[in-house]
Amino acid sequence: MIVLQWVFDIMMLFALLWLAWRALSSPDLFTAIVLFIAFGLVMSLAWVRLDAPDVALAEAAIGAGLTGALLLSALARLNDLADITHDRHKSAAGE
Amino acid sequence: MSSALLYALAGVSLFTLGLYALIVHAHLLRKILAINVMGSGVFLVLVALGGRTTGAEPDPVPHAMVITGIVVAISATALALALVLRVQAATGRAELPEEPLE
Amino acid sequence: MSAAGRSRHSPAFRWGLLLLLLTVAGGLGYALLTLPDQAVGLSEQVSANMATSGVQNPVTAVLINFRGYDTLLEMAVLLVALLGVWSLGSAEVHRRIDPQPVLSLLVGGLAPLMILMAGYLLWVGANAPGGAFQAGSVLAAAGILLLLSSKRFPVRLMGWPLRIGLLLGLGTFTAVGMTLLFVSGGFLQYPSNLAGALILFIEAAATLSIGVTLAALFLGGRPQAGPYR
Repeated sequence: MIVLQWVFDIMMLFALLWLAWRALSSPDLFTAIVLFIAFGLVMSLAWVRLDAPDVALAEAAIGAGLTGALLLSALARLNDLADITHDRHKSAAGE
Repeated sequence: MSSALLYALAGVSLFTLGLYALIVHAHLLRKILAINVMGSGVFLVLVALGGRTTGAEPDPVPHAMVITGIVVAISATALALALVLRVQAATGRAELPEEPLE
Repeated sequence: MSAAGRSRHSPAFRWGLLLLLLTVAGGLGYALLTLPDQAVGLSEQVSANMATSGVQNPVTAVLINFRGYDTLLEMAVLLVALLGVWSLGSAEVHRRIDPQPVLSLLVGGLAPLMILMAGYLLWVGANAPGGAFQAGSVLAAAGILLLLSSKRFPVRLMGWPLRIGLLLGLGTFTAVGMTLLFVSGGFLQYPSNLAGALILFIEAAATLSIGVTLAALFLGGRPQAGPYR
């Protein structure tokens, strides 16, 4: 039973590190944000393993839920703004 | 070596990973993700070290600190995202200016 | 644009940085490994004072009672972050996309459940995992879903109702603290027979404020309380 717990801990921590690495290095920002949301979910599992259910609840609601919504909406607005400036540059070049 | 120590070491790794990405990447959104990963690493170290009590129950004080920390982290993230959007609107790009760093 | 930054630095810089960071990580890891296996910490003090705290969940007791200052100032931090976001510009509330019918249907069923769950988390926080922060963030998630799925922006709520909701938590917390300062002589020193009720009262106000603040942060700017369009 103890061995099983160690195997679970080590696998989960590797998943955590791998998700963080992929979120910080994948070339596409959308992918990065989705991986970051998954990272938050695995973090909340880690809190449960550390006997911190209060923190797990907060992380599941905030780290995995609200942060993802904030980041995705900011990315959408960023892309909108980039399109607007791109169009403006194009029309300025055309004139 | 206990499993709490394993989690603390993973927290240190997350912190270092986030710091590396924070320095290397130019895009500001990526820097925000990196800071959040660094914060998660710090929280992991705090709670893991709070588990080294003499009794069965872990220390609740680091837990409370981490809960407030998570909420502060999300509000700082929201403010940082608003600033990134302003930078994008003002300069046309959401990145730091290129500098020769060789 | 997203792939930018790949070749920004020379390999020498990257390897040097990697070496530096590995040194930092090694130092931190060594510091952790040399820590004693058992530490005294504050858990014994917390469990010794649990009887007078008014709640059974030690984390809630620490958050609202023993270290109430932290939480009070944390509510102020949330408010300051929102003021920072508002000072950067106003939210585009007029350009709204028609929501998909599936989203509207789902949110119509989900939002009341989430509000109910927030209430449950708030109530259960007294003796089990839960509390104002968890309840507040669930409330904020419900609010964001409602904002995303509503056909028209709730302009009428964006004036005074929004501002009262934002200030309620900090205001209640401060008011209770000041009242106790005058009555019993200590800021946020709850008398043990009233502690449970006061904590629930503060947490209820804080939940509402946290929910409203986080949802307002999602809007990404100061919503304009204009007339109906």
